[in-house]
Amino acid sequence: MTTRRKFLTGTAALGAASLGGFPHIWSKNSMLARAADGQIKVGVLFSLTGTTAIIEESLHKATLLAIEEINAAGGANGMEIVPVVEDPASDPATFAEKARKLVLSDRCVSVFGAYTSASRKAVLPVFEKRDNLFWYPTLYEGRECSKNVIYTGAVPNQQQDDFIPWLVENFGKRWYLIGSNYIYPKEENNYCKKLLAELGAEVVDEEYVPLGHSEFSSVINKLKAEKPDVIFSTVVGDSVVALHRQYHAAGLDPETMPMASLTTSENEVAAMGADAAAGHFTSAPYFMVWDSPENQKFVEAYRSRWGGDKVTHFVSEPSYFQIQLFKQAVEKLAPSDIDPVNIREALKGEQYQAPQGLVKVEPENLHTWLRPKIGRCKSDGQFEILKQSADWLGPDPYKAYPGQLCTAEGLKEA
Amino acid sequence: MDLVISQLLTGLSIASILMLVALGLAIIYGVTGVINLAHGEFVMLGAYCAWFLQSQFGLGLIASLIPIFLILALFGWVIETLVIRHLYNRPLDTILATWGIGVMAQQLIRLTAGGELRYVEMPAALSRSVSVFGASESAYRLFILALALALFAVTWYLYRYTSFGLKLRAVTQNRDIASSFGVNSGRIYRATFAYGAGIAGLAGALVSPLKSVSPEMGTTYVVDAFMVVVLGGAQSLFGTVASSGILGELSAFLAFHSNDTIAKAVVLLAIVVLIRFRPQGLFSTRVRA
Repeated sequence: MTTRRKFLTGTAALGAASLGGFPHIWSKNSMLARAADGQIKVGVLFSLTGTTAIIEESLHKATLLAIEEINAAGGANGMEIVPVVEDPASDPATFAEKARKLVLSDRCVSVFGAYTSASRKAVLPVFEKRDNLFWYPTLYEGRECSKNVIYTGAVPNQQQDDFIPWLVENFGKRWYLIGSNYIYPKEENNYCKKLLAELGAEVVDEEYVPLGHSEFSSVINKLKAEKPDVIFSTVVGDSVVALHRQYHAAGLDPETMPMASLTTSENEVAAMGADAAAGHFTSAPYFMVWDSPENQKFVEAYRSRWGGDKVTHFVSEPSYFQIQLFKQAVEKLAPSDIDPVNIREALKGEQYQAPQGLVKVEPENLHTWLRPKIGRCKSDGQFEILKQSADWLGPDPYKAYPGQLCTAEGLKEA
Repeated sequence: MDLVISQLLTGLSIASILMLVALGLAIIYGVTGVINLAHGEFVMLGAYCAWFLQSQFGLGLIASLIPIFLILALFGWVIETLVIRHLYNRPLDTILATWGIGVMAQQLIRLTAGGELRYVEMPAALSRSVSVFGASESAYRLFILALALALFAVTWYLYRYTSFGLKLRAVTQNRDIASSFGVNSGRIYRATFAYGAGIAGLAGALVSPLKSVSPEMGTTYVVDAFMVVVLGGAQSLFGTVASSGILGELSAFLAFHSNDTIAKAVVLLAIVVLIRFRPQGLFSTRVRA
């Protein structure tokens, strides 16, 4: 029941709001709009506890930094971005549960989060069912086509198209593939083998170790016996550290048998010690040493906010710039139109001058055009950038599967 | 030929790490009967001590081994006094309590040292490879092997030839009778627990230059340690050595000829089959209940 008094206070509040500079509050569905009271709620879903918290914490921090910067500069479309932080504790089931909470009860218009493929797969149904929007900053294995996920990390073709031919040319044609035993390394190796076959190179062994594996002495024996030209590593997490340290302890030489990795960032290097990392190669769109005014600003802001010894890396950078893309999309919309579907449509083709260079959201598959680079780790723990792709490189999440193409209408079989 | 030697050495190297990690657990379980689920966290704390001493005081790994043993032994002593002492003869409660201690230790480290992976520098003199009968092997791995054997020898000496060892064996056989002969069994238990914790700490410090140091690292080690103890037989020190040797060589062999995933699965399966037919483990001394 609406009493006269309630009605009066209500209109007074609305009047005050309109004076405060939100004329669109009067337009249709204003009570249903997701963005109300000068605030836009977004979910931030990175594990702060559990096994992958080590890395997800840095993504969380980059995300919050971007949100704080935008709010300090007047917000998105004049509205404050309010992060709703949940901790999914490195557990896919908890990811799904927290995602549901963010979408249904907090009414977030977007959720930024996840690091592992397992957690992304777990939250996917939540966003598809509610037609909401999930932003995933991690490089991943591709082979996914959802109109409810914005992918700002690299897919296999973006990391490998320049990297593999360059390595074959500089080091040779005998390759040893090693990865952790789950979907990401298998898909990366799948694409790698395709490229190697085209280049006439040979895979001498392909091996997968259990997740979290830390005893690589048998692998190192095989390396000694096979003497490959390149070790292509998609080992993840603590295992990266153990593999590099044991390679180093065994006295193997990166000059003649380098490890080429898609997963070794400044973060892993800091954990293994620069002596064990020096001389090995990584391909990624972003390195902390990348020389651009945007990157200088990003690194300085990150360190002054979270600590002078912190590193930025190729997953924390997309975590940062995807918030800026979100802001740009929101600014194209009237406040009453701010909902996940409109944000997605506004985002298509959107460009942003990120720390790595200019990036663009591909309208067809909602992945991102990136600027891949090849880096060699130096003995100070930073990378030396040896080569960058001539232009930005488009994402093709199904490149290893010629019959399939991800389009705005969904997956097409050719 | 050098391939065979290098395979054998790899097996020994895996075995030495297994033994280091399992020795503390075997001693504690063998003597006091406490199933210490916080054992992995003792290993983790040892690794963090190594990191802390190195990054804060610039202490090299070898120089910090004795302080680490003492710190962890003290930690074990305190835990025994505060918690375990009250729970002897209540096996289920000790499992729960030690598990809880493990969780708390993990979170404590996460809150104080932070969640990121840490690293401990390898002693410079040992970070190269040496040639053994034509096969090259990491000097540091050989160092671990030597140290593991030395630790075992010390433990064996304590157990067999000192009056402490005599009392310890008496308490292991029958606590009540030993007490009635004037052995202070409470003190023996406490010392055993402290010694086991100290060895676990050493294990953590020694593996830290080869592997990564994180608050969760203990979880994998406690599983490995239990495998060794179950296979070797709980009351037998030699069982621990023999079973780590067997497991190490077996994993190295299987991993070389197939891969590490298969090796892990086959080794676990073999242990399951074995304890079906020999629940007391391969080597067990007879103990009167």
